[in-house]
Amino acid sequence: MTIQEIIKPENKVHSRPRLLTDNITHYCPGCGHGVVHKLVAEVIDELGLEDRTIGVAPVGCAVFAYNYIDIDWVEAAHGRAPAVATAISRLEPENVVFTYQGDGDLAAIGTAETIHAANRGENIVIIFINNAIYGMTGGQMAPTTLLGQQTATTPYGRRADLNGYPIKISDMLAQLDGTCYVTRQAVFTAAAARKCKGAIKKAFQNALAKKGTSVVEVVSNCPSGWKLTPEKANEWLKEHMTAKYPLGDLKDL
Amino acid sequence: MAKVQGAVTVDVNRCKGCDLCVVACPTDTLLLQPKEVNDRGYHFAFMANPESCIGCAQCATVCPDDCIEVYRVVLK
Repeated sequence: MTIQEIIKPENKVHSRPRLLTDNITHYCPGCGHGVVHKLVAEVIDELGLEDRTIGVAPVGCAVFAYNYIDIDWVEAAHGRAPAVATAISRLEPENVVFTYQGDGDLAAIGTAETIHAANRGENIVIIFINNAIYGMTGGQMAPTTLLGQQTATTPYGRRADLNGYPIKISDMLAQLDGTCYVTRQAVFTAAAARKCKGAIKKAFQNALAKKGTSVVEVVSNCPSGWKLTPEKANEWLKEHMTAKYPLGDLKDL
Repeated sequence: MAKVQGAVTVDVNRCKGCDLCVVACPTDTLLLQPKEVNDRGYHFAFMANPESCIGCAQCATVCPDDCIEVYRVVLK
C-alpha cells in the first residue's frame, strides 16, 4: 500500500484538536506548554464544554494562552489568576473556570492567592506547569528550582543556605481541606501525556460536579532556560525533576 | 496476524524541529531534515522510513506544536 493510499480522511487516527487555533505558538522548540495546551483543548472538546469554559491566563510564558485555545479567556495580573477565577466561578456558577499558571506565577508571586483559593475550596481547576525556572524572563531561579541547579541567578547552583529549598506547593495544597483532587503529572513521553490528559479530564469533571478545587501539576521542561536540547531536557527532567517532584496522585477524594 | 501500516503528515511550517517526535518514534520512522529548512529556519521532521510506520501516534502525542497528523490502515 502506498503512502498516498494510507493518507485518506477515513484512515485518520490523530489530528490537531479542533479547539486549537491556527496561530503558531511563541513557545521555544520542545516546550511542554504546547503539549499541555493540546491536552486541555482535547479535554474541553471531549467534555463538550467549549461554550461553558472560561480560562484565566497567567503572566509568564503562557501569557498568550488565549491566542491558542479557542475558548473564553481572562488575563490576570501576575499570580492573581486564582483570585480572578474565584470571582468568575462565583458570578458564573454554571460555567467551568480554570487557571493555567507557571511556577513563577503560582508558586512565587501568587502563593497567597493560590493557597487561599484552594483553602476556600473554590470550584476551579488549577493547571500548574512546573519547570523549576523563570522561563520567560531568561531562566532565573524560581522557588521550585532544584538544589544545585544552575540558573541565570544561581550560576554555581542553588544553595540551601543562601537560597532555601525547592517548594513542593502541590504537597502543601493537598493538605488543605478545600482541595478535592491534587495530582502531579508530566508530558515528557507519550504515555505520561496520556495519563496527564486523564488527570486534566478528571479535574474538569470535578469542577462540573462542584467538588472543590482541583490542582493538576505538570512537571515540564524548559530547554532554553536549562540550556539543553529538548531531548536532553526531557532526560534531565526524568532523572532529576521526578526525583524531587514524584509523579502520581497526592489527593483524590 | 493482520499487518498494520501507518503514515504521518507533517505541517512543515508549524514544525520547530525540536526532535521530540524522532525520539518518541518506536520504529525509527521519523527524522529531521538534515539540510532543508522551513520558512522559519527549522529543520522539520519527515518520514525517513515510511514503510516502517505503524501509525501508533506517539509522535503526534508528544509534538508540542501539534503539526503531525497520523493515518493507519489494517491490512487483512
